Amino acid sequence: MNIFVLLKRTFDTEEKITIANGSINEDGAEFIINPYDEYAVEEAIQVRDEHGGEVTVVTVGGEDAEKQLRTALAMGADKAVLINVEDDLEVCDQYTTAKIIAEYLKDKEPDLVIAGNVAIDNGTGQVGPRVADLLGIPYITTITDLKIDGNHVSVVRDVEGDEEKIEATLPLLVTAQQGLNEPRYPSLPGIMKAKKKPLEELELDDLDIDEEDVEAKTKTIEVYLPPKREAGKILEGELKDQVQELVSLLHKEAKVV
Amino acid sequence: MGRKVLVLAEVKDGNLRNVSYEAIAAAKTVSEGGEVVGVLLGESVRNLAEGLIHYGADRVVVVENDKLSNYSSDGFSQAFIAVVNEEDPEAIIFGHTSLGKDLSPKVASKLDAGLISDVIDVEVAGDNVVFTRPIYSGKAFEKKIVTDGIIFATVRPNNIAPLDKDESRSGDVSTLEVEIKDLRTIIKEVVRKASEGVDLSEAKVVVAGGRGVKSADGFKPLQELADVLGGAVGASRGACDAGFCDYSLQIGQTGKVVTPDLYIACGISGAIQHLAGMSNSKVIVAINKDPEANIFKVADYGIVGDLFEVVPLLTEEFKKLKVNA
Repeated sequence: MNIFVLLKRTFDTEEKITIANGSINEDGAEFIINPYDEYAVEEAIQVRDEHGGEVTVVTVGGEDAEKQLRTALAMGADKAVLINVEDDLEVCDQYTTAKIIAEYLKDKEPDLVIAGNVAIDNGTGQVGPRVADLLGIPYITTITDLKIDGNHVSVVRDVEGDEEKIEATLPLLVTAQQGLNEPRYPSLPGIMKAKKKPLEELELDDLDIDEEDVEAKTKTIEVYLPPKREAGKILEGELKDQVQELVSLLHKEAKVV
Repeated sequence: MGRKVLVLAEVKDGNLRNVSYEAIAAAKTVSEGGEVVGVLLGESVRNLAEGLIHYGADRVVVVENDKLSNYSSDGFSQAFIAVVNEEDPEAIIFGHTSLGKDLSPKVASKLDAGLISDVIDVEVAGDNVVFTRPIYSGKAFEKKIVTDGIIFATVRPNNIAPLDKDESRSGDVSTLEVEIKDLRTIIKEVVRKASEGVDLSEAKVVVAGGRGVKSADGFKPLQELADVLGGAVGASRGACDAGFCDYSLQIGQTGKVVTPDLYIACGISGAIQHLAGMSNSKVIVAINKDPEANIFKVADYGIVGDLFEVVPLLTEEFKKLKVNA
C-alpha cells in the first residue's frame, strides 16, 4: 500500500507566544510535529505494518522542518519529502500549501493519505480536504478509528462528540482526530536508522510549479496578542461563606448567571 | 455597492442551529447593504426557511434531495456549488462547525478560492472585509483579508451576536433542483455519545475537570453543577490522558477551544496548553487545592479548596438562586 502522511512543523504546545516586528516571534521557540500529524504518522505506520507497503511523510516548509521529518522517520516512516518554499514564496496560505502538495502527489498514485485534522498554529483544517479535492479522491475528517480490508475502508468519525460509522473505498484521504491511536516515541535504534533513510528535498521548480499558480488568496494584515488576564480575587473565610460570596459575585458583579 | 452573500444554514435534529443565525449576522456586515441569501440543504428542510428570514436573510434557496438526508462532503458540495453557480455570489459564510470545517475547504477548492476559517469577528474597513481569527488556539489573534476572488469565511459558534428575531420579516423562498451524483463515503450508523443537550463548543457555561477530579466518577458532581447552570462539562488533557473521560471533552491547544460566558475550572492546574483553550472565556472561576496553581493567575475568582467539597456546595447555592429568581 502506498501511504502518504501530510505533516507540519509547529510550535510546541507549551510555548508562550510573543510578537516581534508585527509577526510571531520564533526565536528560541521549541518546535514539534503538529500533535494531530503525530497521530497520522502513527496510523500510517500501523497500516503499513498490517498491510505492507511504504510510508512517505511530506511537508511544505523551510530547511528547519527536516528535524520533524527525521523524527517521523525515527518513528518508523520509510521516506520523507521536504518541499522547500523558503526562497520562492513570501506569503503562503492553505490554498498555496494544498496546491503544492497535490501537485507533488498527483503522479504518485497514493492509496491512502493521512493528515492531522488541524494544525495547532493556524488552526484551519483546510489542507487535507483541499488536497483530496485537487486529487479527485474522497476524504473523511476527524477520524478516531480506521480499518482496511482489501479496497474497503471502515472509519469512525468524531462529529462534535458523536460517532459516525462511515464506509468508503481506497484511494482515500483521512484526517486524524485525537483518540485515533497512541503515537510511539522514536526508539534509539529507530533514531539511528532514520539518519540513513531517504529525505528528498524539492523546490517549486522541481515540481514545475510557477509561483503565480500557487499565489495565496488571503493575507494577514495584523497579528496581536489578547489582553493579558489579571489575576482576580481569591476568596477567603469559611468555605460555605466563600461559596455564597462567589455565587453572589457571579450573579451581581459579573452578571453571567 | 453591496455584496450578495450566501449563508449555508445548518440543521441538527430538524432544527436550525444557532450558528446559522450568527452566520447571517456576519453576512449582513459583509454584504454592506447588499443581499443575504440563506441556503438550506437536506431531505426535507423547506419548513425552516422562514426562520432564516426572521433572523435577517433576505431570501432563501432550498435544495431538497434524498441523497442529502445525511451530511456528506460529496453530496453537500455538489448541492452548494449548484447554488453558487445559480446565484453567483460575491461572498460565502459557513459556520465553523463539524460540518462547516469538513465542507468549506472542498467548496473553496472547487471555486479555486481562498478561505478564512474560524472567524470570531468581521468588520468592513474601506474596501476590505477584515476577519479576526484566533491563532495558536487563542494565544494570539490575526486579522485577515481575501486578496483574490470570492470572499469565503467560516464563523466560530458563540462569537458573533445574531440579529434580533423579527417575525414580521418576509422573503422569497425558492427551490433549486440538483442532481446529486454518487456519494463516495456512506454513513452506515450514527452513535450518539455527546451528552444530551448542550454542545461543549456552544455552551454558555462550561464546568471543566482536571487531574484533581481523580476518576471517572469524580466527574459526577461537575455534571450536576453543569446541569443546574444549563452548561456542558469539559476536561483538561491531564484528565483525558488519565482515562477519566473521553477525548471529545478535552479543552486546550489540542482539543477544543471554548469561549463561554462562565468557565469553572475544577482541579485543573492551568498548564499553558490548557489555558490556550479557555483563557478567552468571559469569566473564569478556579477551584483548586493548591494556592500556587497557575490557573489562579487567569481566574477572575478563585476558591482554594477541595473541589469535592466546593462543587456540591456551589450546586446547592446555584439551585437556591434559580428558585429565588
